[in-house]
Amino acid sequence: MRRLVAAAAVLALAGCGASDDGGSGDELSGTVTVFAAASLTDVFTELGARLEAEHPGLTVQFNFAGSSALATQLTQGAPADVFAPADTDQMDVVTNNGIVSRAPVLFATNQLQIAVPPGNPGGITGLADLADPDKTIALCAPEVPCGAAAEEAFDAAGLTAAPDTLEEDVKAALTKVQLGEVDAALVYVTDVRAAGDAVEGIAFPEAAEAVNGYPICTLTDAPNPAGALAFAQLVTSEEGREVLDAAGFTSP
Amino acid sequence: MRRRDAGVPAPLLVPALLAVAFLVLPLVGLVVRAPWGDLGPQLSRPGVGDALRLSLVSATLATLVSLLLGVPLAWVLARSRVRGRSVLRALVTVPLVLPPVVGGVALFLVLGRQGLVGEWLYETTGFALPFTTAAVVVAETFVAMPFLVISVEGALRAADARFEDAAATLGADRWTTFRRVTLPLVAPGIAAGAVLCWARALGEFGATITFAGNFPGTTQTMPLAVYLALQRDPDAAIVLSLVLLAVSLATLLLLRGRWLGQRGVAA
Repeated sequence: MRRLVAAAAVLALAGCGASDDGGSGDELSGTVTVFAAASLTDVFTELGARLEAEHPGLTVQFNFAGSSALATQLTQGAPADVFAPADTDQMDVVTNNGIVSRAPVLFATNQLQIAVPPGNPGGITGLADLADPDKTIALCAPEVPCGAAAEEAFDAAGLTAAPDTLEEDVKAALTKVQLGEVDAALVYVTDVRAAGDAVEGIAFPEAAEAVNGYPICTLTDAPNPAGALAFAQLVTSEEGREVLDAAGFTSP
Repeated sequence: MRRRDAGVPAPLLVPALLAVAFLVLPLVGLVVRAPWGDLGPQLSRPGVGDALRLSLVSATLATLVSLLLGVPLAWVLARSRVRGRSVLRALVTVPLVLPPVVGGVALFLVLGRQGLVGEWLYETTGFALPFTTAAVVVAETFVAMPFLVISVEGALRAADARFEDAAATLGADRWTTFRRVTLPLVAPGIAAGAVLCWARALGEFGATITFAGNFPGTTQTMPLAVYLALQRDPDAAIVLSLVLLAVSLATLLLLRGRWLGQRGVAA
């Protein structure tokens, strides 16, 4: 149901974009502040640079962190223009506080993958190895979206996870793999791809049971409403779709 | 203003009061916003007792390690004529200003499974330090020991070296002089440094979550529990913060009053 609403909102945003393009030639300026999930770091940095290139007067600045931490910051009054968490639950936390101006738009989905250090020293083959107490495993904390998704995946597989650490966001979990300190971590497909040769990814069937969606919205008290809209439109546009696809995100 | 304040010049009084307000008001905020009616259930939630116990134990162990290693280091810095002492002093106090997360990464590079020392340890014994309670103690010691070293070094510099000279002329060797004369002389400074070190270790977050990870019962200390609670249930985070605040305050008050009150803090 939520997805249907989101899909409708995509059309609304797109319509908005079309009329803007054909309308006033107002040049965007000032700073757009985007609060986004840690897993969006690379994609949004790229899109932000593109928007800045199109509008020389505009600066896009980011606050990347665990979605739950961002939601807390927003409900505590942090000034921001755009919010893009890694699941709809955290968007609900914010919308339930009446801070959103437009219906959130679902713009991407992501799946979990097992990340292991190059050469797979722990000999990990599937999700069952992450339930093995003898392996050193990093998961995201259940409080953040990648941790919630991990719980769903383990539930779907009928396994009990045996993590050695519960990380505060997905990038922190990935770092432990890059440092070679854990045998495996459960992160997003996109994080594995972004890490390049530093980690190897292992797909597992239960990941399909724990797909999470990324909504984006502009905020009611946005200090820069025009800039906020421009960024949200870029993310949901064809161009944004291409950048997201390249990073491994899928269409909702 | 009350009579007692009459002696304080106005240009000092106003900023001093502002400083007090700035430092104390956030703590008042915690107390005011605390869900007092909900205190019992929040505190008896699973994991809270574990986190508090782990915090107290690991901070105490970190302080003991710091005492064992840090007091001799402070003596070297204050009394010996080692070359490059000022560089050494700067190096050993770097963790004071280093972002704790950087400290955590640095610990990985030495003590992690692929670290300079850790790799050898892992390959010969199969033991990996990260993600263990020992790693919590190591992370806390790394961040907190400089506080002890600085306090004790200051105390040593302030202490009258003539007592040590007198002991030496009476035939005491340097080790005896250190044990019988120097240590008692700077005991208040050591106690002050230990309290500071313990409090810093109790509040340690960044190096711990980076190097030791976060797992309830093993590595999840109170600051980590507060951080994660804040993401799901802000009220729980306030309650946990309140506990940490009460423990820290009680310790600072008690120890300062009992051990350090009369002779003052030598540092």
